[in-house]
Amino acid sequence: MALFRKTKYATLSARPGAHKDIASKCPGCNAIQFKEELEKNLYVCPACDYHFTLTAWQRISITFDENSFEEMDAGLTSLNVLNFPGYEEKLNRARESSGLTEAIITGKGLINGEPALAGIMAPEFMLGSMGAVVGEKIARMLERAGSEGIGAIIFSASGGARMQEGIFALMQMAKTSSALSRLHDRGVVYISVLTNPTTGGVSASFAMLGDINIGEPGALIGFAGPRVIEQTIGQTLPEGFQRSEFLLEHGMLDMVVARKDLKATLSRLLRFHRRGGRE
Amino acid sequence: MTDPETRLKELLAKIEDLKGFSREQGIELDQEVAALEKKAEALREKLYSNLSGWQKLQLARNNKRPTALDYFQLLFTDFIPLHGDRQFRDDPALVGGIALLAGRPVTVLGHQKGRDTKENIARNYGMPHPEGYRKALRLMEQAAKFHRPIICFIDTPGAFPGIGAEERGQSEAIARNLRVMAALKTPVINIVTGEGGSGGALALGIGDCLLMLENAVYSVISPEGCAAILWKDASRAKDAAAALKLTAQDLREFGVVDEIIPEPAKGLQESWELGLPAIKEALVRHLDILEHLPGEVLLQRRWRRLHALGQWQE
Repeated sequence: MALFRKTKYATLSARPGAHKDIASKCPGCNAIQFKEELEKNLYVCPACDYHFTLTAWQRISITFDENSFEEMDAGLTSLNVLNFPGYEEKLNRARESSGLTEAIITGKGLINGEPALAGIMAPEFMLGSMGAVVGEKIARMLERAGSEGIGAIIFSASGGARMQEGIFALMQMAKTSSALSRLHDRGVVYISVLTNPTTGGVSASFAMLGDINIGEPGALIGFAGPRVIEQTIGQTLPEGFQRSEFLLEHGMLDMVVARKDLKATLSRLLRFHRRGGRE
Repeated sequence: MTDPETRLKELLAKIEDLKGFSREQGIELDQEVAALEKKAEALREKLYSNLSGWQKLQLARNNKRPTALDYFQLLFTDFIPLHGDRQFRDDPALVGGIALLAGRPVTVLGHQKGRDTKENIARNYGMPHPEGYRKALRLMEQAAKFHRPIICFIDTPGAFPGIGAEERGQSEAIARNLRVMAALKTPVINIVTGEGGSGGALALGIGDCLLMLENAVYSVISPEGCAAILWKDASRAKDAAAALKLTAQDLREFGVVDEIIPEPAKGLQESWELGLPAIKEALVRHLDILEHLPGEVLLQRRWRRLHALGQWQE
C-alpha cells in the first residue's frame, strides 16, 4: 500500500465551449440545465417553463409519430439571383452549420396517427429567413395538401423575408398567401403554429393566416421587430409586448399551447377537420 | 473629363450666354443654339437613364411628385372618396374611393404621403396602420361585388412599426389582404408610383398587372434598414440600394414588372403635365385587355404569375 497516493483528478476538456455539449444556460432564468434533461422535457426549462427554440429536426421528432415523417422537395437549393455580395458564402456557412439545405423542411407525416402535410421552419438556417426556396417548398406542400385533402400545418420560426433575395423574397409572401387562398377554397384545414420568433414577412403572410393560429408560450410574434419600434417611437416597450400571450389577449391567436400539449392539440384539431366528416 | 452633371450645367450656361448675346447684338444664332440644346437634351437623357439605385430612391421619395389623391383627381373623373374600415377608424395614410377611368367605373386605392412636414404628420408619412389595410380590403371586396376593376397606387416607406399597429394586428391585416387579393374575381392593376416599401407596399400589390414609373423603386427592405442589419452601418445605404436591385429597370429585367412607364426628363416631379398622360394611357390600355377576361381566368393567370416568382436549383 502506498503511503502517498497521488490524488486523481477528473480532467475536463480544455476546448472552449465544451460544456455547451452537455448543458445550456436557460435564457429565461439563467439556470444551467443539462441537455439530456432538457431533451426529455421537450426543450422546456423545468425551472421556469422557458420554451427553447427548436431546430427543425428537433421539432419533427417531438411532433410526428416515430419514423412517420417523409420529407419532400429536399433537393431545392437557393441561387444568388441578385448577385448579392456575400450571399453564397452565407448560404454555404448556413448549410455547414445546420446540416440543412434550406430554412424549411416540408413533408408528410402522422401525428398520433392523423396524417398531415407540414412545413417546419429552421431558425438555425439564416434565422429561418424566407427566400424563393422556402416560398416554393411551402407552395408545393400546400398544393399537395389541397389535392390529397389532408390538413396542413406550418411551424413558423423566422425573422422574415431574406434580404439577399430582394424583390423575390418579398414576393414569396404573395406566393405563399395565394397558395393558402387556393387551399382555403378547397375547404382543407390549415393550422399555423407560431414559435419563437415569428416576425416580418413570415408573420405578415402565411403565419397569420391559419384557420387556427396557435402560439407557443412566450414566443416573440410581430410585424416589426421590437428594436425598430423602439427606435421609431422613441420609448421602451412594455413587458410582454409582442409575446404569444399578448397576441392572444389582442385577438390574434386562437390559443397558446404549452409544448407538452402541442402534439395532442394538433392531432385533435386534425381529427376534427378530417375529410369525410365524423369518425 | 468632368462628370456628366457638370458638363450639362456648363452646356446649359453656354446656351443661355449665346441666347443673351444673340438678343443684345441682334445676331441670328438660332441654329447654333438649337444644336447645343439638342446636345444638352441627349446628355440629360443619358444622365437620367444611368441613375444608380440610390439616386432613383431619392427621386422616388421626392415630395413634389404627385400623391395618390393627385392621381385620383388628375387621371380620373368624378372621384368619390370613401372612408373607414368599419371597425376602428379611418386611416389617413391609405386613401381610396370610386372614380371613372376614361368613362368606366373603377375602385382606386393608394398610400397617401404628404407634401410637407405638417401634411406628412397628418398622413403618417404614408405608413398605414392595420385599419388602413382593412379599409383597402373592404373597398376591394366591394369592387369585386360590383365587378369593378381595382387600381392600386403604391407609394409608402412601409407599414407603420408602432405599438398600436402591433396591438391591432399589422401582420394579420397585411396577410389577409394578400390572401384575399389573390382571389378577387375582378381585374386588379398595381402601379408603383414612388417608393414600394416592403410588406406595407405588397399589401396593395397583388394583381394582374404590375406597372412601375420610370423612377419608382420596389424593395423587400429599405436600403437604410438593410445596411443597418447586414453591415451594422446605416451609412452604407448606398451600397445596399445597389445590392438590392430595386429600380424599375432591374425589376423589369427580372420579369417581376410588366411595364415601365416613362417619366419626363429629370423625373415626374419636374412636370406633372408631361408625365401624367403616359400613366393614363397605360392604365386604360391594360384595363382594356384585362376587363374581357372572365373571373376564373383572371385567378388562374394571377396564380401562375405569382407561382413563377423566384428561381432555385433542383
